[in-house]
Amino acid sequence: MFDFFARKRSSAVSAKERLQLVLVHDRTDLTPAQLESLKDDLIKAISKYIDIDPDAVHIDLDREGREQRLVADIPLKSAARRVAEDSDY
Amino acid sequence: MTAQVITITSGKGGVGKTTATANLSTALALDGARVVCIDGDIGLRNLDVIMGLENRVVYDIVDVIEGRCKLKQAMIRDKHLQNLYLIPAAQTRDKNAVSAADMIRVCDDLRAEADFVIIDSPAGIERGFRNAIAPADRVLVVTNPEVSAVRDADRVVGILEAEEKGAPALIINRLNPALVKNSDMLSAEDVLDLLGIRLIGIVPEDEAVIIGSNRGAPIASESKSRAGQAFRNIAKRLRGEDVPFMDLTPQSGLWNAIQRLARRK
Ligand SMILES: Nc1ncnc2c1ncn2[C@@H]1O[C@H](COP(=O)(O)OP(=O)(O)O)[C@@H](O)[C@H]1O
Ligand SMILES: [Mg+2]
Repeated sequence: MFDFFARKRSSAVSAKERLQLVLVHDRTDLTPAQLESLKDDLIKAISKYIDIDPDAVHIDLDREGREQRLVADIPLKSAARRVAEDSDY
Repeated sequence: MTAQVITITSGKGGVGKTTATANLSTALALDGARVVCIDGDIGLRNLDVIMGLENRVVYDIVDVIEGRCKLKQAMIRDKHLQNLYLIPAAQTRDKNAVSAADMIRVCDDLRAEADFVIIDSPAGIERGFRNAIAPADRVLVVTNPEVSAVRDADRVVGILEAEEKGAPALIINRLNPALVKNSDMLSAEDVLDLLGIRLIGIVPEDEAVIIGSNRGAPIASESKSRAGQAFRNIAKRLRGEDVPFMDLTPQSGLWNAIQRLARRK
């Protein structure tokens, strides 16, 4: 918002952030678009069994050293809340 | 004693493979080791000029492989160090003149004669690169603190892992401490964190490298050069010595302080 006053972000920080993203996709051979559709499919599959809020789901590629992992954080709606929401009508 | 075969590669071109090969070979020989370096860049011969040996080339590695000369005849002795030899690349042939098995055979023949065989790999991840890594006991990956060089280095590290070549060690070349200090260059820590492999040395940007290549005299033999010192340290680490990393923080003189203040505006 106040970018005008803020010191411009250093170029080394941009380089590192951009490389982090590029390397994750290079190493997994997964494009950002493919990762998005993987997330959509995962949400659909999980929703068949349990009630989840798609906007609260976080699925991302994570890296530690040279290891990549797909990390999913999927908050579940409690059964009680589900009943309450259903009776909202 | 049997030689250790070390291949120097990078993915991206122009990051300093040939410079590193010439300087590490020189530094190892200065320490008394018997060294043979091989120019693996068939068709783009360069190691001979960087080492100042271009006028002595008679036979090359393809002549050895195709039986036109004996291995010894293709080994050019260095002008100053009698325990350092170069086997040049062929200039008028392409990389298809050599196979991985050929490289393994040549290196196996050298093992009894030398302490170190250092192979300068061509850029890329194709046949020339595959030939260069085939005989390697150890691989050193050279990169610069720049996005494209780091990305290509990561590809190469991935391939080496897949080939089960063992974890390579990293040389970060052309680091500019003033730029790092000003956050305008990836730091060595950044590059290491991104690539996730072991560091074997950081070589600063140093104009003496270019002057040395003009003269055909690797700066590893110049006691005052910072890059030369960095290469000598890497050579010691290759021999198993535990050498502390050089302090590469920019000198904090008055002039530097003024420059920093000026940049802050
Ligand atoms: N530490 C350094 N400081 C300054 N210049 C360097 C340094 N390392 C390499 N260079 C220069 O970079 C260029 C490319 O180096 P070279 O070793 O030929 O790369 P490669 O073999 O990977 O293609 C050469 O002009 C070389 O002199
Ligand atoms: Mg080269």
